[in-house]
Amino acid sequence: MSDDTGDQRPENDGQRFDRLPATSDERVVAGRPTREEVVGWWEQRYGLPPETWDGHTFWEKGNGKIWAFAADLVSPNPVEGLGLRILRARQEHWKPSTNAVQRFCGAASKNVVLLDEDEAETFARGDDQELERWEGDWGYVVAAHEFEGAVEPIGVGLYLHGELRSTVPKGRQEDLS
Amino acid sequence: MNPLERYAPLVDDEEAFFEACDRPLPSVVRVNGIKTTVERARSALDAGDVGYEATDWHPGILKLDERGPGTTWPYFHGWLHGQEEVSALPALALDPQPGEVIWDACAAPGSKTTQLADLMDDTGTLIGNDNNLGRLSALRHNAERLGVSNLVVTNQDARNYSLKPFGEDTDDPEAIDAFDRALVDAPCSCEGTIRKNPDALDRWTMNHVHSVAGIQKGILRRAVQATREGGTVVYSTCTFAPEENEAVLDHVLGEEDCQMVEWDAPDGFETALGVTEWDGDEYDPSVELAHRVYPHHNDTGGFFCAKLEVTA
Ligand SMILES: C[S@@+](CC[C@H](N)C(=O)[O-])C[C@H]1O[C@@H](n2cnc3c(N)ncnc32)[C@H](O)[C@@H]1O
Repeated sequence: MSDDTGDQRPENDGQRFDRLPATSDERVVAGRPTREEVVGWWEQRYGLPPETWDGHTFWEKGNGKIWAFAADLVSPNPVEGLGLRILRARQEHWKPSTNAVQRFCGAASKNVVLLDEDEAETFARGDDQELERWEGDWGYVVAAHEFEGAVEPIGVGLYLHGELRSTVPKGRQEDLS
Repeated sequence: MNPLERYAPLVDDEEAFFEACDRPLPSVVRVNGIKTTVERARSALDAGDVGYEATDWHPGILKLDERGPGTTWPYFHGWLHGQEEVSALPALALDPQPGEVIWDACAAPGSKTTQLADLMDDTGTLIGNDNNLGRLSALRHNAERLGVSNLVVTNQDARNYSLKPFGEDTDDPEAIDAFDRALVDAPCSCEGTIRKNPDALDRWTMNHVHSVAGIQKGILRRAVQATREGGTVVYSTCTFAPEENEAVLDHVLGEEDCQMVEWDAPDGFETALGVTEWDGDEYDPSVELAHRVYPHHNDTGGFFCAKLEVTA
């Protein structure tokens, strides 16, 4: 639609799934993240080993919604859902999804905020809380607790100004106290 | 008249059958192997003082003493999924393998779909389809909560399911032309859910049984057509009516290239043979290989499950 710029590059079609290009050399659609960028982002921000994603292909549907799928498919594809929605890109601070963090961030080694029992319950309820002790990065963090002998991710927190905000979606919030 | 009276001649113990139909169902959960192990899930329930008992036939299918699992940490983490005990049968019969292409023709809200994903170790391509868009959102919610990443969700009428979106008949290297296995967990008159929904039979009519049987035949035929030679198709319902069970199999055995195959229910899980005569009709004798589950057999809901092999 941008006839004033004369840019002929195809734009993102939000109605279908498109496989992400491997690297920026292969990028055709303006602004679309690459596989390399997505894998690199999880590694850089959360310390997730790149091998985590070896079996998955990455897809975009909608504006910047990125999905990980355990096999490969014809692209583009008009299906309703494809694998697990893992993050929202095309914005200054990429935001991981609760479900991706629960599924994959047991292996995270960076920006994981470990909560005690009361804090974990507050977080799962969807409530925000003061958390002065955190000395890691601001922004989207993995909220986790010790559970059954391991660090188990609970969801995505937004850490700002000494406060941990819970982004657990309404339909997943639970009073576990 | 109680429509279940129709089946008195089929059951071994009439009194036990009707008694069981009147009892409420226990609350049951399945452990989700995509996010945890049976040991860790059970240990988490113990730590949370949630009483349960494993079923006789599956260590990862647990009967809870009281409340539903919703307000526990293992549930929050997606380690558990509320699923009726008997509804775990069809996925076991289908026996999907990691890396395969599987079609779940009537998938929403996804109890069996997510169990299939688990059995596939969350690899390969699992296509979950349903013609009801509203129910599909429940399927997506359940799959995401359980961390499933091998699921493709589609919204088509399964009776004329098209593989075009998957590149059928193109030379795309990722094209899918046929499924390795398909599950048809068909819409039905739901007689077997009477223990869960006491009003399940309020709107029961013989007309509805006949019209839903037409849909079942259409979906099962399409499943056989779209599955590769040597592949497996499983047909299941939660109803007792032979019109929706053995008669549907009989029809499809006659129209499509497939045969019934033997499948043993898990040890400790009691079932009855498929019936070959009903209401003046006779069915292909091989439908006897199907499994009927009556509520008094294993203290579950009612169910029907059959396994077919595609022969061309
Ligand atoms: C018994 S339920 C499936 C339950 C599901 N397999 C599970 O385990 O959670 C039957 C489903 O078939 C769907 N259905 C009915 N007619 C259909 C058709 N023609 N094509 C596809 N799906 C259909 C209904 O919307 C319903 O969700």
